[in-house]
Amino acid sequence: MSDTPLVQMRGVKVYFPLSRGEVVRAVDGVDLTLQPGEAAGLVGESGSGKSTLARALLRLLPLTAGEVWFGGKPLHRLSERELRPLRREMQMVFQDPMASLNPRMRIADILAEPLLVHGIAHGRQAKEEAAELLQRVGLPREYLNRYPHEFSGGQRQRICIARAIATQPRLLVADEPTSALDLSIRAQIHALLRQLQQEMNMAILFVTHDLHAVRQVCSRVMVMYLGKIVESAPVERLFTAPAHPYTQTLLDAVLEPLPTKARRPRRLPNGDVPAAVRVPAGCRFHTRCAYAQERCRVEEPLLQPAGEAHEVACHYPLRQKAV
Amino acid sequence: MSTASEPLLRVDGLTVAFGQQLPVVRGVRFEVMPGETVGIVGESGSGKTMTALSIMRLLPPGGRIVEGSILFAGLPLHQFTEAQMRQLRGGDIAMIFQDPFTCLNPVMRVGEQVAEAARLHRDRAEGNPNELALQMLRAVHLPDPERIARRYPHELSGGQRQRVMIAMAFICHPRLLIADEPSTALDVTVQLQILHLMRELQQQQGTAVLLITHDIGVVAYTCDRVLVMHRGEIVEAGSVYEVLEQPRHPYTRQLLEAVG
Repeated sequence: MSDTPLVQMRGVKVYFPLSRGEVVRAVDGVDLTLQPGEAAGLVGESGSGKSTLARALLRLLPLTAGEVWFGGKPLHRLSERELRPLRREMQMVFQDPMASLNPRMRIADILAEPLLVHGIAHGRQAKEEAAELLQRVGLPREYLNRYPHEFSGGQRQRICIARAIATQPRLLVADEPTSALDLSIRAQIHALLRQLQQEMNMAILFVTHDLHAVRQVCSRVMVMYLGKIVESAPVERLFTAPAHPYTQTLLDAVLEPLPTKARRPRRLPNGDVPAAVRVPAGCRFHTRCAYAQERCRVEEPLLQPAGEAHEVACHYPLRQKAV
Repeated sequence: MSTASEPLLRVDGLTVAFGQQLPVVRGVRFEVMPGETVGIVGESGSGKTMTALSIMRLLPPGGRIVEGSILFAGLPLHQFTEAQMRQLRGGDIAMIFQDPFTCLNPVMRVGEQVAEAARLHRDRAEGNPNELALQMLRAVHLPDPERIARRYPHELSGGQRQRVMIAMAFICHPRLLIADEPSTALDVTVQLQILHLMRELQQQQGTAVLLITHDIGVVAYTCDRVLVMHRGEIVEAGSVYEVLEQPRHPYTRQLLEAVG
């Protein structure tokens, strides 16, 4: 941890006001640190605020409160114009590759565009770089003259990734990049992300609801619930010794592909996730927590150390297995 | 009428094609016993959904059954008219789809929608449809069913909408439930609740379930037997323990490696 962090978010809040004076507290006070070259996962169910947090990091959404530092620069204070040169250092990949590729542009032009925009290369050189980018994501250079509709979902996502790494970013934010793909394709894209992260020493913030995917891509995981990070730990630690009851609920809901494992006795999750306009007082998970005490209903727990590189926001964390 | 030892559903040599194109389902053959849960697992384009839609005779325009037979409780569904099918759908054969939002009428209160299913397919002697609907909304463990019954679909969460769909499916005590990706759009914690609920009602009513999914974990958790489909054909079939713990077909192994 001697490195200067690549990303530091402090006390970040993103609220969306509704018409009747209600407020959606999508992100409700998050501190987050990413080291250079680190692959970190941000896991949560729908409505947890994980995508909003990722967009707030990239300043694609205005912050209600808090600070975002990127490579020592205060993104929260920069104007759009001042942000522009930094954009090449932080790129994003989305869930639906078709929606993020212009159907009328050839792959060569799609991949050359970021090079032109950021003044990295143009003309023949840009085309040559585009060909190299294709090869880096495992596609033959002959595809340069094709259009997006000629590709499968997995290939399109590879093209989106190629475009994202064109500017050699220091951070790649990937928001559910494989959720729309078939299983066998997912694993390939996960392997590609991991490979690029290591080759390019690029940090990845991998946003997903899929715990299995996190295990394939990341070395650290943060778990979000109703706008807050409730646990952060090295990936294997989180899977083998979760400290937050919500993390345990999530892990317990994963259905293994083997019947003998899938049919193990398991606790059914309680109730539904409350709406983000009515975040419960105290610990926001207490309404569904099997271990909630009186204190959990009134006092909000803060992230506290729960072992090596492990933090949890719970008054009564689960007993840790000996590691 | 079939007895317990006779299959409830028998699909034999089913081949489905669109226009003059190559068949999307080829020579598919399987049986579902009363009360049994059979999974069809495969990736997109494998033909699993087209197989399910053929049984309901709900193939998209242009699609047709080229060959084969579908016998439900001895009835030849492949020869049925639309009017005959309408009698069965939502009655003896119920369906649940991935996205409950598109299956529910957006301008009708959910209680009325559940009651309508009872009105269409259940004898008035069995009770007032509105009463039956409330009972059913309670049976799917919706909190405060009287209040939920007066809500419109958009006022409910994804999990609540799927519970309403399940209530509609089970209100007529179907003998066969066809569930196409019933939990795919849901979060993992909600998925577990929904699968558990389906199994609970299935056991109460003795319903057979044909579950279509790409998710092997869902099959491992809920099914007795599984058919693995790939490019329109069944490549492996057997008990979930055999197929998922000792897969023999290379494609099944490949699928399992992707999640293992």
